[in-house]
Amino acid sequence: MLLFLEQLLNGLQYGVMLFLLAAGLTLVFGIMGVINLAHGSLFMVGAYAAAAVAGHTGSFALAALAALAAAGGAGLAVEFLVIRRLYDRDHLDQVLATFGLLLFFNELVATLAGRTPLFMQPPAWLGGAVEIIPGVPYPTFRLAILATGVAVAAGLAFLIARTRLGMLIRAGATHRAIVGALGVDIRLLFTLVFALGALLAGLAGLMAAPILAVQVGMGEQILIATFVVVVIGGLGSVRGAFVGALLVGLVDTLARAFVPGLLKQVFAPTTADALGAGLASAAIYLLMALVLVFRPRGLLPA
Amino acid sequence: MPAPLASAQLPATPPASVARRRVVLLAGCLLLAALPAIAHGAGQPFLIATFTRFVIYAIAAVSLDLILGIGGLTSFGHAAWFGLGGYVVAIAAFHAQDASTLLGWGGSTEALVVWPLAIAVTALVALPIGALSLRTSGIHFIMITLAFAQMLFYLFVSVKFYGGDDGLAMQRRNTLAGADLRDATVFYYVCVACLVAWTTLCAAIRRSRFGMVLSGCRQSERRLLALGYPVYRYKLVAFVLAAAGAALSGALWANAARFVSPDMLAWVKSGELMVMVILGGTGTLFGPIAGAFVLLGVEQLLSAWTEHWMLILGPLLVLFVVFARRGLWGLVAGER
Repeated sequence: MLLFLEQLLNGLQYGVMLFLLAAGLTLVFGIMGVINLAHGSLFMVGAYAAAAVAGHTGSFALAALAALAAAGGAGLAVEFLVIRRLYDRDHLDQVLATFGLLLFFNELVATLAGRTPLFMQPPAWLGGAVEIIPGVPYPTFRLAILATGVAVAAGLAFLIARTRLGMLIRAGATHRAIVGALGVDIRLLFTLVFALGALLAGLAGLMAAPILAVQVGMGEQILIATFVVVVIGGLGSVRGAFVGALLVGLVDTLARAFVPGLLKQVFAPTTADALGAGLASAAIYLLMALVLVFRPRGLLPA
Repeated sequence: MPAPLASAQLPATPPASVARRRVVLLAGCLLLAALPAIAHGAGQPFLIATFTRFVIYAIAAVSLDLILGIGGLTSFGHAAWFGLGGYVVAIAAFHAQDASTLLGWGGSTEALVVWPLAIAVTALVALPIGALSLRTSGIHFIMITLAFAQMLFYLFVSVKFYGGDDGLAMQRRNTLAGADLRDATVFYYVCVACLVAWTTLCAAIRRSRFGMVLSGCRQSERRLLALGYPVYRYKLVAFVLAAAGAALSGALWANAARFVSPDMLAWVKSGELMVMVILGGTGTLFGPIAGAFVLLGVEQLLSAWTEHWMLILGPLLVLFVVFARRGLWGLVAGER
C-alpha cells in the first residue's frame, strides 16, 4: 500500500512533466497546424543547459535561468529560421524538416557536451525528503516538480481562458484565417505560441535534469510519450493534454512497478522480469490504441 | 460496380517528359547493374555490401510509398514490418541451427521457404493491425501506426529467448534453392532482382484499377464513398501489401547483416523510411529508390569525413524541404 502511494506520486510527477511538453506540442499543432518532431530537442537543450550551468556554478537559480533561456532561444531561432516557412505546407514536409532539426540538435549537443551523460544534483534546499504520511519519506524535489507542474497548468488555464492573448490563441485554433483578417498579427501570435511551448519544454528539461540522466536521445524518448499524451487527450486541446498526461504518467509508472510482480505469479522470475518490462513499456501505446479505436478524436477533443 | 475510374487515365503527360523519364529509369537500371563492377574497378569491393544495404532499404521505401504516396496513408510504423520480416528469417535459422522446434517446426535456412514465410507472417500480423488503424485517419492514423509498431518493438525487446535487447545473430546466410548466397556480388544481384520485381509489381498496381481507386482515396475519399467504392477494403489491402514488401526487405536485411535486433523496428527507422520517400518524391515509386540511395549515400560519405555528420545532414534536410518542393524524382525526371 505504501509502495503504491509512492508510485502514485511518481506517476503524477511524470505526468505533470509530460504535460509541460504536451501543452506546447498541442498548442503548436492546434494553432499552427505544425507537427514538430524537434519539440523533444528543446527539452533536451533545456536539460543540458541546466546540468552544464549547475555543474559549473553550482547555482540552481542560474541553472533554471539557463534552461529557460536556452530552450526559449533555440525555440525562437527554430521558429524564425524553419517553422515559419512550413505553416502552409503538407504535414509530410514538416515531418521531414523537423526530423532534420532533431538530428542537428542531437549532434550539436553531443559535439558541445560530449556523449557521456551529465548528472545534476537538486538544489540543497530541495535535496531532502519529507514524510508524506508518518514513516514514508518522499524526495522533496519530486514534490516540488509536482507543485510546479500543477501551478503551471493552472497558470496556463488562466492564460488561455481569461486573458486577451488566450482569447487570440483559442480563436486562432478554430478560425485561423478569420483572426488574421480581423487585423491580428497572426505571425506574431504564432511566434509567441511557439516561444511559450519552447519555454515550457525548457522548464520540463530543468525538472528532468536532476532525476534523469542528461544524455543525447533523451528528447526522442519523451517526444514519443508526449505524442501519445497529445493524441489521447485530443489534438489541440490543452485540457485534454492535462488529462492525457496524468493518465499516461500513471499508467506508465504503475505498469512498470507492478506488471513484473503480477507476472511472477504465473511465470518463472527471470521470464517474468523480461516480459514484464516489455509489457510495461508497451502499456501506454496499448492505451493510445484503445483510445483511438473507441474515441478516434481523443478523450477531450478541442 | 461502376467502371469510370478504371477508364479514367492520369492527366496526359507531355511526350518529352515521358522520354526523359524513360532515359532516367534506364540509366538507373544500368547503374544498379554496374555497381559491383564499379566497386571492383575502384579497388573497393567492400562497397558492394554497402550498395546491397542501399538496395534493401530501397525496397522498404518503395513499399512505404505504395500507401504513403499513392494511398495518402502516412504510416509511422513501417519499420515494424521490416523488423518482423527480418525476425521470421532469423528465428527460422535459429531453430534450424540448434535443432530445436517452434510449434513442432524445426526451422529452415532455405530462402524459398523462409522469405515467403516472412512475407506471409508479416501480412497476417498486419491484417488485424491495419483493420484497427484504418478506423482512424489523418494525424491519428500516423499515431496509431506508431503505437502498434512500438508495441511490436517492445515485444521483441522483452522476448529474451530470441535475444531480447541484444538481438539475434545468424550463423550463415540462407541458401537460395540450395545455392549459396555468401558471395557478396551474388547476394547483391539477388537483392537487385527483388527490388526490380517489387517495384515493377508496385508500378503495375499503380496503373491498375485497384491503384486508381487507391489514388482516389488520397484525393477525395468522400467522392469515392459516394460512388459506392468500399474504400476501407481497398486501403486495408494496400496496407497489407505494403507490409509484405517491407517484410521482404527485412528478410533480405537479416541475410545481409546476419543479425536482427529490435532496432530494426524502432520508430527512428520508420522515420528514416519516411524521409527516404519524401526526399525521393512521394507517390512516384521510383523516387523513393533514389531517396534511399541519396540519404544513405550522403550519410556514408559524411560519416567517413566527420564523426559529427548529423550536424550537416540535418540542415541539408531542412534546406531540401524549404527549397526543393518536388522531391528528387521531380528534379531529375521532371515528373510530379
